[in-house]
Amino acid sequence: MKLGLSVSNIWKSYNGNQALKNCSFSFNDDGIYVLTGSNGCGKSTFFRMCALIELPDSGDISYFSNGKMIQKDLELKRRITLLLPKIGVFNTTVFKNIAYGLTIRGIKRAESEEKINKVLEFVHMSHKKNQNALTLSSGETQRLGIARALVIEPEILFLDEPTASIDQKNTEIIEDIILRMKNYHKATVIMTTHDMQQARRLADYLMVMNNGLISAA
Amino acid sequence: MNSMMEGFLKAFSLIYNLDRELLGIILLSLKVSGTALFISSVIGVPAGAVIGLKKFPGRGFIITLLNTFMGLPPVVVGLFVYLLLSRSGPLGFMGLLYTPSAMVAAQTILALPIVASLCHSAIVAVDPIIGQAAITLGATPYQKAITIIKEARYGILSSIIAGFGRVMAEVGAILIVGGNIAGYTRVMTTTIALETDKGNFELALALGVILLIISLVINSALHLIQKKGTVGANK
Repeated sequence: MKLGLSVSNIWKSYNGNQALKNCSFSFNDDGIYVLTGSNGCGKSTFFRMCALIELPDSGDISYFSNGKMIQKDLELKRRITLLLPKIGVFNTTVFKNIAYGLTIRGIKRAESEEKINKVLEFVHMSHKKNQNALTLSSGETQRLGIARALVIEPEILFLDEPTASIDQKNTEIIEDIILRMKNYHKATVIMTTHDMQQARRLADYLMVMNNGLISAA
Repeated sequence: MNSMMEGFLKAFSLIYNLDRELLGIILLSLKVSGTALFISSVIGVPAGAVIGLKKFPGRGFIITLLNTFMGLPPVVVGLFVYLLLSRSGPLGFMGLLYTPSAMVAAQTILALPIVASLCHSAIVAVDPIIGQAAITLGATPYQKAITIIKEARYGILSSIIAGFGRVMAEVGAILIVGGNIAGYTRVMTTTIALETDKGNFELALALGVILLIISLVINSALHLIQKKGTVGANK
């Protein structure tokens, strides 16, 4: 059943600085949702709350499927994933980095190998399979992050500034991957970017965050 | 100068001919230090991991204590273990004084803070983003901890090797609790001290050369591990 998200009136502050003010957001449709806004406006904080990595000070974040609310347990956390701007590369091969999400779910190598090869091909990194992931360039590292998230087939994929620290050529490659994701498997992609042009190129639904508040563009 | 050269030549002859006494001393040294290191690692690595991963009251005090104990003077440890194991001491009934077991105990006390403290440092040096990445990919808190420990594996190995270096070169503590009994508790470092006192430089030099070779092997291993562990920074 399709996973939906409803965020109502969440507030969050760090050391007295208000990061989110009464934020609300909901969706239950496939597609690419792009949240744009200037640096430091609260997009990353909002994503961390939505991906259940952090709790809001007040307000509610609910996931639902088929009209019923779902408990926020490990099972739900494994149906969504968040790709951070700095992805956190494990000091091992590209293959083992991608296998991580499957290994912790108890999936054996024989079963996971085909999935990993497919996702490597999807992000154009089959030739880097046995390379230590820490030796990848910034653009390749970002593609590795997407591959690592995609292989676990999340129903909702949060991408936090996926092209923030990479060059124009790699940005185009990543944008192409994001657009092709819709056909790869039925994941809903919710991403942030501070680049308005990029937001327009990718978004099925565009939202703007300003001073901790979200509004439709 | 001539007697020194003569000593070196005789030392190499002892090594080349695999002298039985020399071999016995080397094997006992490796056995005592290896056992002490094994015990230190079995206790020290999990202890270092827990201190590195968990926040609990008194954690800062334990870290300070471990760092202090890293520089424990071996003779003080020897004295402490001696008092524990001597006939009138609390563990005197075990009859362990002047046995290889007493030497293992003393070396374990010396190596444990090094292994635990360096292991803790290796774990806290892992970029916090690794733990966050594990969580975003669906790891349980236990799986997250294992992932961080795996990322620190080269540092943990370095901590074990550093512990081995410390106990192999140690002489004060094992001299006090082992007694330097020929064929029973005589190890490389205590033999070097004794034979030098006697003016019998051949065996002392032969053992000195072997100790240097062991030290070279340990440091080469450390260098290789550190090189492998620093492939590149997280992006």
